[in-house]
Amino acid sequence: MNLVRSWAIVLRQLYLMRCNYSRVISIFIWVFVDILLWGFLTKYLITLTHKGINFTSLILGAVLLWDFFSRIMHGITMAFFEDVWARNFINLFSTPITVGEYLLGLILSSTLIGSFAFTIMLLVAMIIFGFSFLAYGITIIPFLLILLIFGISLGIISVSLVLRLGPSAEWIIWPIPAILSPFVGVFYPISVLPTWLQILSKSLPPSYVFEALRSILFYKVFSIGDLLVGGVLVLIYLGSSSAIFLRTFNYCIRRGILYKFNAENIT
Amino acid sequence: MLKEILSVKDISKRFNDILALDGISFIVSSDEIVGLLGPNGAGKSTTINILLGLLKPDRGEFWVDSLSMHNDREEVLQRMNFFAHYAPLPGNLTVFQNLYIFSIVYGIRNKLEVIDTLLRQFDLEKYRNTKTGLLSSGEQTRLGLAKAMLNSPKLLLLDEPTASLDPSRAKEIRGVIKSFVRENRCGVLWTSHNMYEVEDVCDRVIFLFRGRILIEGNPKDLLYRWEKSNLEELFISLVNEPIYFKGEL
Repeated sequence: MNLVRSWAIVLRQLYLMRCNYSRVISIFIWVFVDILLWGFLTKYLITLTHKGINFTSLILGAVLLWDFFSRIMHGITMAFFEDVWARNFINLFSTPITVGEYLLGLILSSTLIGSFAFTIMLLVAMIIFGFSFLAYGITIIPFLLILLIFGISLGIISVSLVLRLGPSAEWIIWPIPAILSPFVGVFYPISVLPTWLQILSKSLPPSYVFEALRSILFYKVFSIGDLLVGGVLVLIYLGSSSAIFLRTFNYCIRRGILYKFNAENIT
Repeated sequence: MLKEILSVKDISKRFNDILALDGISFIVSSDEIVGLLGPNGAGKSTTINILLGLLKPDRGEFWVDSLSMHNDREEVLQRMNFFAHYAPLPGNLTVFQNLYIFSIVYGIRNKLEVIDTLLRQFDLEKYRNTKTGLLSSGEQTRLGLAKAMLNSPKLLLLDEPTASLDPSRAKEIRGVIKSFVRENRCGVLWTSHNMYEVEDVCDRVIFLFRGRILIEGNPKDLLYRWEKSNLEELFISLVNEPIYFKGEL
């Protein structure tokens, strides 16, 4: 694996952001609106309920973490779509770059931009609503890593779907985080879900992240079990998504889909 | 002494019921420009895309500079480059950014120097910081050709390289490509529907028809042999009466 070639893919995304400030604004605008909305709701809830519950960390933390996951997933897909829209696959894949290096470039650029946006929004939440990640302690890092890898895995699956079904499949991709959010207990424990839905929740790594973070906030208990199960599960997702992507890419090479990849009628 | 740069052996490709390529074999040598001709659907683009590694053949193999695409993909693609009018560089990046990114991908050492030379050679210096999408189609063609020469390839694949150029610029670009071939002793596989251009630049031509090579040779020899006054005439009779040429198969 030649990391310099992956860097070229990252550099392309950075050039795109430098060339067009609306791309930079789009990274922050929605999560900023979310922070305002949930931040003020949190303030209101604090006035209604008894003291002792850290609503700010509970809700704003969840919003920020879920946005981090969504941004990583969408970041990979967006970077891939840049090549779809520019009809750049022929130019790229007729060079020595391998599909692994290309994918790594997408992952790195998404992680870089997603982490930058996460840091800025963390500061915004801190300044406006007094939110602090210190409430979670250093234990949040491995859980953040689980969300990062889950975002990468779903990003890879999304890219595979677009490759296999064509660019019009984008309507399936964008709502994925919104569709998943009720089942992973972003704002509430998964025990409130019906039993049959809890089975689905337990198959999704973010469920373990949010359960564990609530456990830290309310009971000051670090759940090593949640970390382990979530960690193993997310690695299974990463392995499976990579395998699906490689299989899809090879299918495209066999069927001659890649060099015509701007057509809407790809099946 | 000419060195074999591209060696294609018995390549076939089928798309469902359509046999796009039916066991074609040919070579391209260093310092040689080979025209790949044929009517629409003859298999030219399929051949080019197989050579670029964007399409997997059902059967057969090819070697670039004695390296097999099957076993040494990265090394093979490092020795090749291509330009096609239907594959423009990303329009939302500047001319320089596009060339810089591809120079990283190809592992060029003295990137800035190489890019400056190519910008000068293709008269693109004043567009260095212009977004590619804002260039005229002729300027985009010149940029695409500059990209194709970034890594000093040993094999250059050109799919209708002058399709969007005015006659004067097309002649100039043909001159640049020819001198690039002589200086770098590279081989070129050139597809075009402009038979005048093919006669002008190609040392040898290969006529594809329904996925098979119908005739192959030096343009002048072919015209003499089939008693035609120019390649366009030969092309038309080949498409209209392919059976007449079947004896060549």
